Amino acid sequence: MSVLGKLFRTTAFKLSLGYLVAFAIGASVVMTWVSWNVGRLIDEQIGATIEAEINGLSEQYAQGGIRRLLDVVERRVRQPGASLYLVTNFQGQAITGNIKGLPPEVLLRPGVRETAYERVGEVEIDRRALARIFLLPGGFRLLVGRDLEDRESLRSVMGRALLTSLFWLVVIGAFGGLFVARRVLRRVEAISDSARTIMQGDLAQRLPLAGANDELDRLAGNLNEMLERIQELMAGVREVSDNIAHDLKTPLTRLRNRAEEALRSARDPKDYRIALEKMLEESEQLIRIFNALLTIARLEAGGERGEHAAFDLATCVRDVAELYEPLADEAGIDLVVETSGDSTVLGSRELAGQALANLIDNALKYAAPGPGLRGVVHVRVQRLGHGVEASVADNGPGIPAADRERVFGRFVRLESSRSRPGSGLGLSLVAAVASLHNGDVRIEDNEPGLRVVLVFPAAAGDAKKPDR
Amino acid sequence: MSGMRILIIEDDQEAANYLTKAFREAGHLAEWVGDGLEGYARASDGGYDVLVVDRMLPKMDGLSLIGGLRQQNIETPALIVSALGQVDDRVKGLRAGGDDYLAKPYAFSELLARVEVLARRKGGGAAPPTTLRVGDLELDRLSHKLTRNGKEITLQPREYRLLEYLMQNAGKVVTRTMLLENVWDYHFDPQTNVIDVHVSRLRSKIDKGFDAPVLHTVRGTGYMIRVSAR
Repeated sequence: MSVLGKLFRTTAFKLSLGYLVAFAIGASVVMTWVSWNVGRLIDEQIGATIEAEINGLSEQYAQGGIRRLLDVVERRVRQPGASLYLVTNFQGQAITGNIKGLPPEVLLRPGVRETAYERVGEVEIDRRALARIFLLPGGFRLLVGRDLEDRESLRSVMGRALLTSLFWLVVIGAFGGLFVARRVLRRVEAISDSARTIMQGDLAQRLPLAGANDELDRLAGNLNEMLERIQELMAGVREVSDNIAHDLKTPLTRLRNRAEEALRSARDPKDYRIALEKMLEESEQLIRIFNALLTIARLEAGGERGEHAAFDLATCVRDVAELYEPLADEAGIDLVVETSGDSTVLGSRELAGQALANLIDNALKYAAPGPGLRGVVHVRVQRLGHGVEASVADNGPGIPAADRERVFGRFVRLESSRSRPGSGLGLSLVAAVASLHNGDVRIEDNEPGLRVVLVFPAAAGDAKKPDR
Repeated sequence: MSGMRILIIEDDQEAANYLTKAFREAGHLAEWVGDGLEGYARASDGGYDVLVVDRMLPKMDGLSLIGGLRQQNIETPALIVSALGQVDDRVKGLRAGGDDYLAKPYAFSELLARVEVLARRKGGGAAPPTTLRVGDLELDRLSHKLTRNGKEITLQPREYRLLEYLMQNAGKVVTRTMLLENVWDYHFDPQTNVIDVHVSRLRSKIDKGFDAPVLHTVRGTGYMIRVSAR
């Protein structure tokens, strides 16, 4: 598309063109109205002049008869700038006056009319006049008129002025429109150029701002904020995929290594059996990570709602704690459960149970404060305002304040050696369960140790009683 | 467990071949169909002890298939296997008339254990016995009293439910996830050996001090209660 074609297609140019047409029509209407009114005013003035002359002349006629009238007319005719006069007898023949060449029907009836005429002593000049024909007693007719040249010239001056101003209006308007369109087009082009660069993958690029704080700047600013958000999300996705790559590739590599190792060096069925069993274990772990990732993804997308119903969070906590109690006992850790108040919440008992199991499992792993000291895990459920809080606290090493937000991320494991078992997905799942229930999860210092608080919104008072 | 007739409705031929072979090795008779419509026709004729139904099938999906059978009052137990393993999916599956739900990928031992438990459950039909007996182990389900060789053993409520489930399925392998599902009513995957600790506690109560153990560990799979071979 040519540059000009592009310009003509811009909204700015089309808008200016529209305004221009509307303005031109408006101006024409106004000027036509003005010139019509001015013409009418002139006609009225001429009419009044003629009226006065006729009155004067008919008075002269009444006082001094036709002779006197003719005298006066002849005298007036000779004056410069004289009006038009014609006196005819009852046969319609001119007696005196300064016009000729009237169309014959003009004189027939008395009254005011516009007519063509010629002036005595001039040759073939078309003139127009406003004339009044007056019947005098005795069959004489008196015509008094004024030439309409003034009115016509005024009309033509106004017409020319109208055309000239319209011409300039259109010219200036069109150029103005083009100018505005070009300015707007240039900025829009700049924005769409940047957008193309961004689409080609340079997400760090931002749309240019003109600094005018106008609507284009605001639009570009908002788009820039959107880009910022997209970049953050992309970074998140990249981090997750890096983590996935690491956390899935590591067991996959081990799996492969074991297979190769067995093929290379196993000598009897027993060796093969051992290798295959280890490979099964590795693949179990892989499946577990996969399932956890999928569950978290579906929870975060909000699609996985579980069975939403009223259930007693305290019962759920006691069940899960009871499930882990023998494990705590074996590890020499006291698992203490305290519940108080109405702890009915609305949600999925299954998902809440899974989140609590993750928290208790974690707490048991880290509870022991040091050699010779007994680990304690406190699980508490209490109603607080519109929420029911379930907290799991241990007296282990805790988490430094700086890392507390980070641990909810996927695959985040604080010991870089990753020596303890776990996928780093447990707390991510807890966070996803909390957000699905419009609840909250936070990490606090148990002084010493770690306390994770999971908050569910309490079920409304009229909700049905839990069936468990 | 001898000779069940199992119908596998699964569109992945390789998976189906593997299942057929593995079921045969376990002593069962397995047949395979590759699409939902044919599966529906074959299952309608009856004569199977258990159906293993893939959730996503050509021509007719697994849930409609089971729903259709149930409408015809064909109550052959059905195990749904599916790549969709989330809470919602299993609830939908069970609501459609499935009797159990297993997410892919699964261990065959898990599938086999569940299929065997399903077949017995529907096979009975009579009222459940009030007393469960395995060898000299006797569980009274009315008084919740457990005796072994006439000697009374006290059980915690959860231990009672655990033992009850194991004894109901005496002679069959019961996996850890089956125990979590049926004794605790949770369907998530326990990360650590939580179930093992419960079972070993139970074992210390019922087997300690007796010559022949009844509660056996099935390596790599789960547990089984049966009278010792010795």
